[in-house]
Amino acid sequence: MGKIIAGIGTSHVPSIGVVYDQGRTQEPAWKPLFDAYEPVKDWLKEIKPDVAIVVYNDHGGDFFFDKYPTFAVGAADVYPVGDEGWGRRPLPDFTGDADFSWHLCNELVYNEFDITVCQEMAVEHGFMVPMHLCWDHGSDWPVKVVPVAVNVIQHPLPTALRCWKLGQAIRKAVESYPKDTKVVILGTGGMSHQLNGARFGYLNSDFDRDFLDKIQNDPMALTELTHQQIMEDAGAEAVELIMWLTMRGALDGAPLRQVHRNYYAPMTTGMGLIALEEAV
Amino acid sequence: MAKQVDSERPIEDTKIFDAEQTRLGYRLNKFAMSLVKLANREAFLADEDAALTASGLNDEEKQLIRDRDWRAIMDEHGGNIYMIMKIGAVIGEGLYQIGAHQRGQTYEEFLATRNAAGAK
Repeated sequence: MGKIIAGIGTSHVPSIGVVYDQGRTQEPAWKPLFDAYEPVKDWLKEIKPDVAIVVYNDHGGDFFFDKYPTFAVGAADVYPVGDEGWGRRPLPDFTGDADFSWHLCNELVYNEFDITVCQEMAVEHGFMVPMHLCWDHGSDWPVKVVPVAVNVIQHPLPTALRCWKLGQAIRKAVESYPKDTKVVILGTGGMSHQLNGARFGYLNSDFDRDFLDKIQNDPMALTELTHQQIMEDAGAEAVELIMWLTMRGALDGAPLRQVHRNYYAPMTTGMGLIALEEAV
Repeated sequence: MAKQVDSERPIEDTKIFDAEQTRLGYRLNKFAMSLVKLANREAFLADEDAALTASGLNDEEKQLIRDRDWRAIMDEHGGNIYMIMKIGAVIGEGLYQIGAHQRGQTYEEFLATRNAAGAK
């Protein structure tokens, strides 16, 4: 049977990708960020998930505002590395598990989550940065993936509670998958940041640390946050954080152990990390 | 039910990318999105005026791009930062240059406000 074994919340700042590609990860200002993922990489090598469900938002990698899905799920055997305007990054394409994805899509729709099913889907920094922070790769990646894209950039956005419920529905779908499959789910984006207007660069590290506490211990409090409240407290683009609730919703009901946590805010975005494992 | 976006609680110096903004900025954002194709980036770099002429943008929008007026694009013309960054990428102005301009600062002044500006 399918089983969710762990969840990871992580930021997906695009400059992390640039620095990674340029081999600058050990520069003094970047080392605290990249080193924080080493224990997570080691842990993932131990628990060896078969599939990673990655909840992220597309920033104009493959989707545009002509038709921008609220929730979209990949159902392909391969997800190519997209070109966001900077050229294709030197990363291998990502391997999917179309059977698993279609099971997920069927179950989600019949549980009243009317997702968009994507048989072709190029992935971008929101998806790729968390992947290369958490896994090393050679010519391929050590885990199959399911991209789940959420609209957190063009209002109206799904509510925080809706994102949590999506996570619960994902858990139910995974648990009804007949083949033995270990699943880790990643909720990505944020933390505090604002990229538009004269408030560009706004950060709120107190908000971020409180969010990191609550995502583990009191997620229901976070489901009550409105977009307005998040934007006021943590910046307009911090609404990405609602995607962490999908990760956490997929762990709902299980006793959890914190594997690792980190926070670093060098430039314009609070870069957070939390790794949670279901206690067996 | 609490309002998800409350127009009676405007956030200072902030544009929320909602129906009004996405309709206002549709052409500019769509032009920016076209630059995810290498051929369009090359055409823009080879002859910016020709690329803008062929773009379907109106004269005011073309001038905003010629002027690199990121602040006006974002504040007054419905620019979405994730799209507009793609214009910056072709021209050689990154997110932090665009951000500094929105703040009314030089790039160096903006970097001086950061916790660890080496992480750029």
